[in-house]
Order: sequence, then structure tokens, then C-alpha cells
Amino acid sequence: MTRISGALRSPLTFSVLAGLVIGALFLLGTGADPVTAYRAVVTGALGADGIGPTLTTGTSVLGLALALAVPLRAGLINLGGDGQMVLGGITATMTGLHSPFPAPLTVVLALLAGLAAGAGYAVLAALCENHLGVPLLVSSLLLSYPAVSLASYLARYPLKEPGSSLPQTRALPEGVALPAFGDSTVTLGLVLVAVAAAVYWFTDRRTAVGYEIRMTGLNPRFAAYAGVGRQGLTLRLMAVSGGLAGLVGAIGVLSFPYRFVDGSLTGPGYTWTGLTAALLAAAAPLGTVIAAFFFAVLQVGGLAMERTTEVPRELTQVLQAIVIVFLAARLRLPGRRPRRSRESEAV
Amino acid sequence: MFLDSDLLMSALRALTPILLAALGGALCERAGVFNIGLEGMMLMGCFTSVATSWFTGSAWLGVLAAALAAAAYSLILAVGAVTLRGDAVVLGIAMNLLAVGLTGFLLRTVFGVQGTFDDPSLAGLPLIGGFTALAYLSWAAVAVAALLLSRHVWGLRLRGVGEAPDAAATLGVSPARYRYGVILLSGVLCGLAGAQLALGNVTLFTENMTAGRGWIAVVAVMLGRAAPLGVLLAALLFGLAEAAGFRLQGLGLPQQATDAAPYVVTLGALFLTTARRRRRPRTTGAVQ
Repeated sequence: MTRISGALRSPLTFSVLAGLVIGALFLLGTGADPVTAYRAVVTGALGADGIGPTLTTGTSVLGLALALAVPLRAGLINLGGDGQMVLGGITATMTGLHSPFPAPLTVVLALLAGLAAGAGYAVLAALCENHLGVPLLVSSLLLSYPAVSLASYLARYPLKEPGSSLPQTRALPEGVALPAFGDSTVTLGLVLVAVAAAVYWFTDRRTAVGYEIRMTGLNPRFAAYAGVGRQGLTLRLMAVSGGLAGLVGAIGVLSFPYRFVDGSLTGPGYTWTGLTAALLAAAAPLGTVIAAFFFAVLQVGGLAMERTTEVPRELTQVLQAIVIVFLAARLRLPGRRPRRSRESEAV
Repeated sequence: MFLDSDLLMSALRALTPILLAALGGALCERAGVFNIGLEGMMLMGCFTSVATSWFTGSAWLGVLAAALAAAAYSLILAVGAVTLRGDAVVLGIAMNLLAVGLTGFLLRTVFGVQGTFDDPSLAGLPLIGGFTALAYLSWAAVAVAALLLSRHVWGLRLRGVGEAPDAAATLGVSPARYRYGVILLSGVLCGLAGAQLALGNVTLFTENMTAGRGWIAVVAVMLGRAAPLGVLLAALLFGLAEAAGFRLQGLGLPQQATDAAPYVVTLGALFLTTARRRRRPRTTGAVQ
């Protein structure tokens, strides 16, 4: 009994339960049966037809959740995931279209190019904070808009598929693609993201760098006193973060439909879902993986729910946000304290 | 002619929603609350104003409802950050996400459409001399906020709450009460900003129609150092960028370039103004 009440009192469990209860009230408000609707979410996302799309969506959600968790572990919030991911995607597309090398080598080059583009762009935001004093939260988000516009321009004009009415680039050459599992849309990208998660777990738990990052998150002033250079750390963490986001973009174009389609990377809101997952888990590696999977299930299951019960899929987005609202009010994130006075908030 | 009175007029129209939201953000900043939920509060205002205007046929009732709804929505930040001492940044991010989901959900369930609700019988705000009444109100609000902050005892206490809450509490000024006040006020202002966006600048509701304007307002607070006149100048800069973007689009520049213009200009301005103030002790993102 004590274990059950203890789990209920944990902010995490409370937030998820509160989200589900409020979601049920919304469902009752629209005249739907909550049990039927939630069952449709679960069976739609985890049933035979749903598991493929869930893993495909999960690849992007987990990739971005990891990307945003890495700086969050040190108390830094990167809001520029969209821009970093899209630049990664368009750079990988250009590499794939113009590389003179054989297909397998081109795939590797495209992945690396996407990673480098995302990392480089995120570093720009870190430099803004370090040298210009623009808070990372703001610089990363504002930089995101021009990047998305640039990629959109490239896909609609210089790289546009001739004769097509869709805002998309030409398809990548035959063979320039990540191998898929069977007939599904799940590709090797899922394995790459899983490896990234394992590396993150190992770094966090077993290495000095991981310890430094966690220490900075828990108490930045103590970490600085102990010799952790904040500016260098911000730069490195943002490079890793943007690199992962860029990699997700590259994986996106090297999987079905094997081209850059304007809006297909930003439309599903992977960045915000990923950030929500990272926040929910307080950026802990294993927790981030679980939370990302949970939200991928919600996202794909939401579509199934819409089909069977006619409840709009936006409900799942409402659920996600409610969970975080409850969590933010009850849980202290690493490195971020409520402001009491000007002195105690100087981080 | 590129720089003419038409450009200035459209810049002034574009700046109104930003200015209203940023004034709310600036007051919160002065009271020591970092409010980045402006975007979400505005979006709630957009939807409520359109829904109310459509059902009642009165744009003014739409404006009133938007102010009330956004104020109610801002209670999430007030209760979460002030009473429960939660993280204002995370709450703000969650509120922005929740608003996108909630308005999208309501658009589907109330109007049964996806994407855009656009009806010829939807009542918009009338124009007086080329501007809506809300535009004039926003300019008046700048003056009122500036006077309150610099001349009135309420403004003095508000600044005290932001700068030294413990000292303010010792003098019998309740920081929590002042913070609730400014958060609710920022909700009202964001609601008006949303109504201006959805019933003034255009007459329709589109999913996520604020499109980053709330974030620009957060930046305007930083650029203007949370002072009403500074915020006005920052919002004017954004308005000019947006208006110039439309003008350039007319001259044949692709839409993507003009879409990005306000953000690039804002970033540039941020660089120029913050470069002089570097090497300050870092805060959680707040303006000093």
C-alpha cells in the first residue's frame, strides 16, 4: 500500500494521471466514451496496423527528445529543434542528390552532412548566448524561423521537382535510402536513434563529462566553482543537441518518401513533442526514451481515435500539454529554481 | 517610393498585437515573473474573439470575451508559478503548447472545420482613421503603463516586488498579490492582442495564427528592457520589418524571404543592443 501511495504522490505519476483524467472530461464534453476512445488510442498505436507507424513516428520523436534532453540535463533549453532538424534534412537531401559516390557511401555522407548542418546551426545559438548575452531560449527559437523559411524556399524553387505541383525536391537516386525492416516504413534510422540513446545513457551514468553536465544542471554556481566552464559546456551541448536534431532530419529524408517535402518535418510537431518528453523525464536518459515512446503512441493513437470515435486528434496534443502544466507546477527541474529574489536566481 | 506613409501605416497596424502582448510581458518582468506564455494567451484570445463574435454577431463582445478568456488562461501561470512556485519557463512553454492543441480541438468540435474558420458573416472590428480602436488603446496603454511605473505608488511597489520581494514583503506589500495582478493584466492585454489579430488585422481564425508573435513580444520586452517606451520602439521595429516584408513580396521577392524578415531583424536588433550589455550575471533569461 505504501508503495502505491508513494508512486501516486510522485509528481510524474500524478501529472500523467491528471492529464488522462482531464482528457477524459474533454471526451465526455464532446459526447464520446472515454474508455472507448482511450482503447482506440492504445489499439490503434500498438495493434498490428499501428506498430509500424508508431515506430516510424517514434524514431523522430525519440531523436528530438534526446536532442533536447542533452542540454536540458544541464538546465539549458534549446527551442530551435525545428530549424536544426530542417537544415539537417535539406542538407542531407542536397548531399544525396549531388554526391558522386556510390549509394551506400552517399547515405553515410548524407547522414553526416545532416548532423553537421544541425550542429553548426545550434552552435550559432550558443555563440549568441555566450558572446552577445542573448538567452539561449530566445536565440535558438528565433534562429529557427529563418532556417525553416530557407529550407522551404530551397524545396519550392531551386531544388523543386520539375513538373510537380507539390512543394518537394526531386526524389533521391535509387539506393540512396536507409534500409527498411521488411515492408514497413521503419528504417535503420530507429537503430541509429536507439544507439544515440544508449550512448547518452552511458555518458550520463558512467563518464566524467556526464557527471559535469548533471552537476551543472543541479547547481550551476557550484559546478562553475568546481571548474566546469559554462560557455564551453553550452557550446558542446548545443553542438550535440543540434547534431542529433539534424540527424533526425537526415533520417527523415532518407526514409519514405525519400525526398525533402516542405512541412513534412515541422508539421507533426516533433520538436515540441520531443521537448515535452524530455521535460517529463527531467532529461534522464531512460525516462526520456519511455516518455518519447508514450508520446509517439499518443500521436499515432490519436489518429486511430479520430477514425473510430470522431474525436479530433488534437486532443492528444492537449493531453501532452496538460501533463507538462501539472508537472511544471510541482516538480523542480535541474538547474531551474522558482525565483524568490534577484540574488537567488542569478544562475 | 519604398519608405512612405503607407508603409508606416501598415507597420503601425502590424505592431498593435505585439505591443499589447509585450506591455503585459513587461509588467510581469518588472514584478519578477518571466512570462513566456504570451503566445498561448494571445492564441486563446484569437479563438475566443472569433467564436464569440460569430455566435453573438458583435465584434465588441468578441473583444470582451477574448480579454476574459485569456485572463482566465493566465491563471495557470499565476497559480503554477506564484502559489505553487513551479518553473515559469516550463509553464510558459506548456501553456503555449496547450493553447495550440486546445484551439485546434475547439475549432474542430465547435465549428467542425480544420485549419481555418472564415465566414463572410463574421463581424470584424471597425476602422477609425485606418486603425481599430484597439490600436489607439494600445498607444494609450503605453502612456498609462509608463506613468504608472514611474510616477504612481502602485508602479513603485510593483518594481519593489520585482527587485526585492523580501524587502517589499517586510513593508507590507504582498509580492504574491502584485504578481497575480500583473499576470492577470498580461492575460487581459494578450486577449486584446489576440482579438486585434483575429478581428482587426484580418477577420478569421487559423490554427496557430499567432505564428511566433508572442515570442517576438517576449523579445520586445528584452529589447525594450521592460520599459513601456522601449517596448513600443521594439514593437515598432517588428512592425516595420513585417510591413517591409509585405512590400518586398510585392516587388517579387519569394514569400519565404519575407516570412523570415521580422525574425532576422529582431535577432539583429537583439545582437546590437545586448552586445553593449554583455558580461552581466546571467539570470534565467530575464532582463536585468
